[in-house]
Amino acid sequence: MSYIARPKVSHPALARNELGLTMRDYEGGMSTLCAGCGHDSITGALIQAVFELSIPPHRMGKLSGIGCSSKTPAYFAASSHGFNSVHGRMPSVSTGAAAVNGRLQYIGISGDGDSLSIGIGQFVHAMRRNLNMLYLIEDNGVYGLTKGQFSASADTGSTAKRGEVNEQQAIDPCLLAIASGCGFVARGFSGDRAQLAPLLKAGLSHRGFAMIDVISPCVTFNDHEGSTKSYRFTRENAYPIGHTDFIPPEVEIKAELGVGEAQRVQLHGGGSILLRKLDHEYDASDRSAALAYLSRRQGNGEVATGLLFVEEGGADMHELARLGETPLADLPYDRLCPGSGALADLQDRLR
Amino acid sequence: MPADNDFTIRIANVNGTGSASANSLLMKTLFRMGIPVAGKNYFPSNIQGLPTWYEVRASHRGYLARSGSVDIAVAMNAETYQRDLRELTSGGYLLYDSTWPRREVLRREDVHILGVPLARMCNESFDNARARILMKNIAYVGVLAALLELDLDIIRELLRQTFARKKPLLEANQIAIGLGYDYAREHLHCPLPFVARSMEGPGSQIIIDGNTAAALGSVYAGATFGAWYPITPSTSLMDAFRSFCARFRTAEDGSRDYCVIQAEDELAAIGMVLGAGWNGARAFTPTSGPGISLMSEFLGYGYYAEIPAVLFDVQRVGPSTGMPTRTQQGDILSCAYASHGDTRHVLLFPSTPKECFEMAATAFDLAERLQTPVIVLSDLDLGMNDWMSEELTWDDEYRPDRGKVLRAEQLEEMEAFHRYLDVDGDGVPYRTLPGEHPRGAFFTRGSGHNMYGGYTENAGEYQEVLDRLRRKWDHAATIVPRAEIRTAPGAQAGMITLGTGHSACREALDILAGRGVALDYMKINAFPFGAEVETFLRDHKRIYVVEQNRDAQLRTLLINEAGGRAEQLVEVLHYNGMPIPATSIVSAVEADMLRDRAA
Repeated sequence: MSYIARPKVSHPALARNELGLTMRDYEGGMSTLCAGCGHDSITGALIQAVFELSIPPHRMGKLSGIGCSSKTPAYFAASSHGFNSVHGRMPSVSTGAAAVNGRLQYIGISGDGDSLSIGIGQFVHAMRRNLNMLYLIEDNGVYGLTKGQFSASADTGSTAKRGEVNEQQAIDPCLLAIASGCGFVARGFSGDRAQLAPLLKAGLSHRGFAMIDVISPCVTFNDHEGSTKSYRFTRENAYPIGHTDFIPPEVEIKAELGVGEAQRVQLHGGGSILLRKLDHEYDASDRSAALAYLSRRQGNGEVATGLLFVEEGGADMHELARLGETPLADLPYDRLCPGSGALADLQDRLR
Repeated sequence: MPADNDFTIRIANVNGTGSASANSLLMKTLFRMGIPVAGKNYFPSNIQGLPTWYEVRASHRGYLARSGSVDIAVAMNAETYQRDLRELTSGGYLLYDSTWPRREVLRREDVHILGVPLARMCNESFDNARARILMKNIAYVGVLAALLELDLDIIRELLRQTFARKKPLLEANQIAIGLGYDYAREHLHCPLPFVARSMEGPGSQIIIDGNTAAALGSVYAGATFGAWYPITPSTSLMDAFRSFCARFRTAEDGSRDYCVIQAEDELAAIGMVLGAGWNGARAFTPTSGPGISLMSEFLGYGYYAEIPAVLFDVQRVGPSTGMPTRTQQGDILSCAYASHGDTRHVLLFPSTPKECFEMAATAFDLAERLQTPVIVLSDLDLGMNDWMSEELTWDDEYRPDRGKVLRAEQLEEMEAFHRYLDVDGDGVPYRTLPGEHPRGAFFTRGSGHNMYGGYTENAGEYQEVLDRLRRKWDHAATIVPRAEIRTAPGAQAGMITLGTGHSACREALDILAGRGVALDYMKINAFPFGAEVETFLRDHKRIYVVEQNRDAQLRTLLINEAGGRAEQLVEVLHYNGMPIPATSIVSAVEADMLRDRAA
């Protein structure tokens, strides 16, 4: 966690968003992660995404679990509320928070240890409930804070820094998410902000659970020869299935875009996604085909990236819980209390 | 010795055979005759086919604890005949289904065996197989009506109310009552030497279980969010909350002013509650001991990050899975200090359904005023059994005490907001709700933080916050419900209990007083202990601490936290899973006094 205040210097020529805020207004404390950590690049992309979407910082909730990834909410949006919870339990905290106030934008940041080992149960159930949030897994295949043990996303055959070979199966959060009914599943790479930023914006605009697994190399414990989560391996083996463009609502209305080969997905929260496919056989709206395709790529030793699956229109947790417009946290008390008369009536039947 | 309006009936049955409605009919009949009554269900952790007992105690003095004796056994389960016979008071009555005569099994010289061919009569009167099983139960109520001179009009009226919309069932029930009643009048010596006589007893009282009352209290306190993982004996609390909300909190278009989530486990349930509390809703989770164990990590988080939450721990028998359908007060210490590090939690100890109702509301107020988890410790006996209770009342002037929450207008006026500053000197800082105002943003964390809410690994900054939390705790001791103290003229010693120990203690104190032993009495309602608890401990040389666990957990807490001395606090323990009867307290006190005299 950061305890070093970042100097706030703002150049008058800096671009401003619809709220009149600059990118600086979305920054947080100085990162205390290792120099070159993939997580910091993700934080940068996230700052760009929320800035460009003009989300009021104080209307965002940043939640995380425990681990290097989970420290990052302290490094962006200093004027957002943060909740650094306990290990693997961020999904449940987010669930309660979202249930009582659906009007905030929730961003959950987790890691492969946090989401795929200690917290895999909560991760899966949050998807099953389809709570409305962006959920990032900053995925580096190791436990960084405890110095380099394999995580559950470490690939079979991948080696640890000291040479130990992982012989267990890897859990792929994208396959897991698609199989668990998640309506927005993407994979990015911390080293490719051009791909990641639009994915983040699309995820933020999706209604329901948007899971993005971001391969984020650990420069200290997992960036060596033999690692399948290193910068080099990811660059060489990433297989982008297409470009994702996020089209904001105002642009959308202005002009009909020359769509061509692209697949267009209207987002519930406004705006749309334009998927320009590189691999023409891929259909990001077909759940079972997506599973088969990803498994095939994985079999080839490739890391498919991009928007892997998207399904708009599914009922989110609020709809399923039949919650009204006013957040539960804002309901006036007199609407909640049945009063003494009702209590007396009720007891007539208890005699 | 049983007497008029002073007897205990225990009905032995097989679970899943529909005896519950017959048992509640029996209890309600006595209640409507104006006789104070207590019903206790001893059921197995099973859905069908295992022995189950239901005990109804009539007590004109209004004692609601388990009597500890059985005057009439209704033995409907051949498997438990031996045990039911053995546990019957000398001179008592055992009623059994003599369709299959069991004279060779049911042999005990000092009791009366009453055979009624319940199955045969029901087989002759009903065609349907299910009805034949169900109606045997109603028929034994008919037999008891004859033996005890129960008011038949009340019974028939209760049946009419219960089956108002199920005509065929009503008819069958009425017939079954008649079958038992008529047979008993014709073949047995009716009435027994002790009977039920209408009296002006309970007045405006009601019959309710603690879980229903706690759920109702949560509704009235304005709780909007509940998350739970089903666990006996707490499940009925959330069931009741949902059904009250369905009734009182659902708009015409079907939208709901509440949200209940069945979590994937207790870890998630408490996480959800903390998320909701952080975001400004009154949130709670009902659970039991195993759930508390799982929730411990988050409880420490709630304590340290200062997030309001309400937990209802409906205690059952531990350790481990223990006996899930039996009662105990075994979670006192694990709740008081749940989680690693220096943690301590505010506890409330209801002893009646009325207190379950009121303390639920108190718990939500305290949780927000103190910004910390509050655990209401009920138990299976209180939570799931039918209790005669004073009428629940509600003050319409009540408004939730949200504690120190800064709203947008206040934040607008402030230069800066810091989450953990002790502005008022009571150890309770100010909080803000997410989304309220840009100036209100802060970072909630379970890692070391300073008084400004910033991350710290600095020794002094860390300790400052921990010491302030201790000041908050001391402040809590001044605002939690005070202990109830009843002094007796010429008292030689004191007695302390909490929760369901209360009804047994009340009765025990009367018995002891009748034998010339006067004791001062204190019922503890909350932890941290108020000054009155320390005073009581200081003022008595010898104090009996009555509780339902093996390790004298309340006594330990009194020694740890209220200056109690080991030599002054005498353990009076009951922990076999059955609710504590007054008699066991009386004998423990008398034995101690004898020892003391001998010494």
